Amino acid sequence: MSHDETMGPLGRMVVPGAQARDVAEGVTDLERPTVPPDGAPAEAQPKWREDFPIDLAQDEYVSRRDLVKFLCLTSAGFVAGQGWVGVQSLIRRGRAQPAPLAIARVDDLPIGGAKVFEFPEGSAPRLLVRIGERSFVAYEQQCTHLQCPVVPAVRPAAAADRGGLQLHCPCHEGWFDLITGAPIAGPPQRALTRIELEVRGDAVYATGLRGPLT
Amino acid sequence: MTERSRFARSQRMPIVNGILVLVIVIVVLQLWLFTATVNAYLGGEDDVVLPAALASALCLALNVGLLFYHQRLER
Repeated sequence: MSHDETMGPLGRMVVPGAQARDVAEGVTDLERPTVPPDGAPAEAQPKWREDFPIDLAQDEYVSRRDLVKFLCLTSAGFVAGQGWVGVQSLIRRGRAQPAPLAIARVDDLPIGGAKVFEFPEGSAPRLLVRIGERSFVAYEQQCTHLQCPVVPAVRPAAAADRGGLQLHCPCHEGWFDLITGAPIAGPPQRALTRIELEVRGDAVYATGLRGPLT
Repeated sequence: MTERSRFARSQRMPIVNGILVLVIVIVVLQLWLFTATVNAYLGGEDDVVLPAALASALCLALNVGLLFYHQRLER
């Protein structure tokens, strides 16, 4: 230690130019042992000097204060994200339904049989399954887990009705209920999105979309 | 010359720590809210989107309020 440096309270070093108040005033100034080069009091210092402190105690304080500011920015980001989802939701609600489209004849499929179709034309593939004499269901064919195509398959653990027929995603062993499209086993968490159908005469028509279809 | 804060920096440290904890909890809540909203939206449920957006905006208002409170302490 050189001659012009002294030890302040609690053994902190006080550099030359420190005002007497800095040493004697107590707790506040013990945390600010280093005096700025111009020797001016803290209130007279430029703002940047407060944001880039020299002393450890001040540095910890400033870094936590800045973390609070950054988290507030993150919070605003989440609100922006929620707004974006809201706008997408409004756009989806306002989207016009495509015109009904004949997708199959009733006799084309045996009970339990399936057919892939597009609705509207050019869309992602949909899956039509015949479940009764004049009963059909149709879903988007992409699994809600990782978009693999689902297929009708017999699930050994399923109930005996409909012969245990369910919709199966072979990629990760996901299973969906054939009637509701709800996930019943495996990794999928969301139901398959559904196509609304109508049987008119001997033709099956896709009449509408229900859900976030692609 | 500006008036010094009524709190010493050592006194403000626990306050900023408390504010930091609250803000972290609120931001984690917003993260959960956002993931749940996106999940519902992708599942075709649009009804939850608006309430979730309002709740998230309320969380932001709380955070900004805490930030302003903290900045007022520094003046």
